[in-house]
Amino acid sequence: MSTHEGPAADAAGLDPHGDVSVDELALTEELAGAGITAAGGVASADAAEYAMRLGDDALVLAQQLGMWIARAPELEEDVALGNIALDLIGHARSLLHYAGTATGRSEDDLAYWRDEPEWRNAWLFEQPNGDFAHTIARQLVASAYLLELYAALTESTDPTLAAIAAKAVKEVDYHRDHAIQWVLRLAGGTDESRRRMIVALADTWPYAEELFADDELVERLADEGVAVLPSSLRPAFDAVIDEVLAEARLELPTGRTAFTASGGGRRGSHTEHLGPLLAEMQVLARAHPGASW
Amino acid sequence: MSTPGETGTEAWPLWEVFVRANRGLSHVHVGSLHAPDPDMAVRNARDVYTRRNEGVSIWVVPADAITTSDPDAKGAYFESPAGKNYRHAVYYTKSEGVKHL
Repeated sequence: MSTHEGPAADAAGLDPHGDVSVDELALTEELAGAGITAAGGVASADAAEYAMRLGDDALVLAQQLGMWIARAPELEEDVALGNIALDLIGHARSLLHYAGTATGRSEDDLAYWRDEPEWRNAWLFEQPNGDFAHTIARQLVASAYLLELYAALTESTDPTLAAIAAKAVKEVDYHRDHAIQWVLRLAGGTDESRRRMIVALADTWPYAEELFADDELVERLADEGVAVLPSSLRPAFDAVIDEVLAEARLELPTGRTAFTASGGGRRGSHTEHLGPLLAEMQVLARAHPGASW
Repeated sequence: MSTPGETGTEAWPLWEVFVRANRGLSHVHVGSLHAPDPDMAVRNARDVYTRRNEGVSIWVVPADAITTSDPDAKGAYFESPAGKNYRHAVYYTKSEGVKHL
C-alpha cells in the first residue's frame, strides 16, 4: 500500500494543497484475499479447481464486455460496461491468484497460458455479445446468478473465498441493477428494442441451466462449507428473473424455441466462441512472454 | 421528453451532475452527461463521475431545468460589488474589548 507524506505535512502546517488532503487517495488492496494467501492460505486442489471455475467465468465475461468499449450505444454506456468489465477482472484476478497458489502458478500463468480445454467457465459467459440486447440478456442471467453465488459464498469456511465474495457481492449487485434497468427499458422502449430483447432472452436462456448444475467437486466442497451448491441458488435466481420479466412484460421462451444447452464448460468442453476470445486475449502475452505493460 | 431512439438521429437528453464528496459537504457540480431518464442518469453519473472514490451522494438535474444568468450581462450582474468593500467582514476593524470574535 502506498503511503503519502500528507498527514505529516498537515501537522507541520506546510500542506501546499490547502484543504485538499492527499489522504483522500486511499489506495486499497487490489487482490481481495491476497493478504490471506500471502500468510500461507494456500488453496487445496479442490478449492483451486472451484476458484478457477469462478475466476474463468469472471474473466471470460470481462473480456466479452471489454469488446464494447468504443462501440456502446452512448459514451456513458461505454463507461458503464467498461466499469463492469473491470470489476469482473478484479474478481478474476483474485480468484485465479488463489487458484494458482495450489500449483505455484500466477494469475497471469492461468489467464494467458491455458488452452481452451483447460478453461472452466460455463457456456453462458463465452456466448458472443450480439447486439446490445443480447449483451444485456447475458448480463441479467450472469449477474442474477453471481449475486446469489457471492452472497452465499461470503459465508464460506474458506477465508480467501469469503473475502473475495465479500468484495464481489457489492459490485455484482450493481451489475444486476444495471442489467435490470436496461431489460426494462429495452422491453418497454420501441417496437424494435422490444423485439430485440425478446430474441436476446430466447437466445440466452438455454445457457442458464448449466450455472446451477452440481457435480462431485462442488458436492465435496459444499460438504466442507467451502463452496456453495449451485443448485441451491436456483430458487432465489428464478424469483428475481420472474419479477424482472413480469415488470418488463416478457416471458421465458417456451415450445419450439425453448431448449437447454448441454453445457460442459466445467469439464473444459466449450462452444466455438471461446477459442477466438482466448486467442485475442492471450496473443500478446504469448508473443512476448514475461513482458509487463 | 421524447423516447430516445424514436428517430434515428435523436440523442439522449442532457443532465447536470452534482456529487457530494463526503458527509457534511455540499453537492458540487462536476459535469454533465446524457441519459434516457433520471434513473439512468444517476447510474451513468455513478459510472462516469465516481470511479475514483469521489462521492457518497449524487444529484442529477435535467440541464434544461436550469435557468442561467445571461453571459452577456456580466457587467450588469456582477460588477456592482466592486468598490463595496464594506460588504466584507474583514473591512471592519474589531472594536476594543469585544471578545470571542
